[in-house]
Amino acid sequence: MKLETRRKLSEELEDLKSKTIKMSSLAAAAVERAVRSLARRNVGLAKRVIKEDDKIDALELEIENKCMHLIALQQPMAKDLRIIGSCLKIITDLERVGDRAADIANITVELAGRPLVKPLVDIPRMAELAVGMLRDAMRAFKEENSLLAWGLGERDDEVDRLAHQVTRELFSYLVEDPRKTSDAFRLMLVASFLERIADHATNIGERVIYMERGERVKIN
Amino acid sequence: MKVKLQTKNLNVWYGNAQVVRDFTIKIPEKRITAIIGPSGCGKSTFLKSLNRMVELVPGARVSGEVLLDGKNIYDQDVDDTEIRWKIGMVFQKPNPFPKSIYENVAYGPRIHGIAEGERLKHLVEESLKKAALWEEVKDRLNISAFELSGGQQQRLCIARTLAVNPEVILMDEPCSALDPIATTKIEDLIFDLKRNYTIVIVTHNLQQAARVSDYTAFMYLGKLIEYGRTEEIFERPKNKQTQDYVMGRFG
Repeated sequence: MKLETRRKLSEELEDLKSKTIKMSSLAAAAVERAVRSLARRNVGLAKRVIKEDDKIDALELEIENKCMHLIALQQPMAKDLRIIGSCLKIITDLERVGDRAADIANITVELAGRPLVKPLVDIPRMAELAVGMLRDAMRAFKEENSLLAWGLGERDDEVDRLAHQVTRELFSYLVEDPRKTSDAFRLMLVASFLERIADHATNIGERVIYMERGERVKIN
Repeated sequence: MKVKLQTKNLNVWYGNAQVVRDFTIKIPEKRITAIIGPSGCGKSTFLKSLNRMVELVPGARVSGEVLLDGKNIYDQDVDDTEIRWKIGMVFQKPNPFPKSIYENVAYGPRIHGIAEGERLKHLVEESLKKAALWEEVKDRLNISAFELSGGQQQRLCIARTLAVNPEVILMDEPCSALDPIATTKIEDLIFDLKRNYTIVIVTHNLQQAARVSDYTAFMYLGKLIEYGRTEEIFERPKNKQTQDYVMGRFG
């Protein structure tokens, strides 16, 4: 039986969680669009990603304010407190995911009108993996599923491996033709941004485990 | 860390009703231990059993042990008055004697023969200073204790307890009758007293337990359900009942 006086807090926490999930959907979609804009050389789409990053930032502020209000007014304890603390940390990761998506979109704009130094194969694959990790981290958050969160560690290794491969490959292009240095370097940056996004997903997984069990773990 | 006070399989009955059940706990020296739990769970009775005050309740019966520095205070050769002197108690409602401020503090040391004359005066001053009341009352020590505010009266009661030089101080909801400012003063005082005394505080105010205590024990239906470092009890309790209680979802 839940006590009447605590019902409001329960409802507020549900709302907090759904806002955080909404923020993650925006961030994941931004990454997908940013990489698509790069692969398809779609500057219009890239500019949209850059513009829409403001929405993610605004949502971060809204969620942070809500967390601070809940702490001040409801004095949450135990799991309630862990949910709020986790949301506060998760939104920082999500905000950075949004920033990295905007960074990738900026590179699309910078490379406009020039052929890519190489066909994109591993970068879209990395994006797919990283976004999949982010979505699963947030599904673990929604369902409070620590087991799902634990699985993110291995998948992060795969993204790291691909990032390393992309960098090595681009480096060889760069050595072959130094005129491509600047563009090859930009694609290396894209790979490193995607690798960071997977790290953010892993961080979120660790928060989920803390939220659910109160245990601090490193899953990668 | 040294254990100051310890209970082993402590049981307390009022007539046929068992109020404390098989309670075993180690209370560390010079730390603040909070006892939390819903109304009627036996917190106050448990507290009163720690200095044998429970024996003053008609029909009360105790089994098990309460060890102060390893010695069972319920042993036949232990003087209960001496125990209540070593293990002092502060109550929910300030209960000064109908005497002057000075006499309230001087009473204990005088009847225990601890001090008299100039030494007694000095002891009263020291006790009032330790209870953070001296500056507010030093010029009017002879007025009635009842002329003080509720918060001042409670600090006077703490000074009265300190005057007989206790080792442990038991506090039964010491701030429940006080406003937030008086509560803050008492909490600051409790925090300062920790340097020299072992403190056990019963409180209904979870935020207070979280703010002031080092260790927290959650009690329910006379039993110790969970005991641990305060941050663990309030951040990641292991027991479902503890979690429901600290989250305010006990029902």
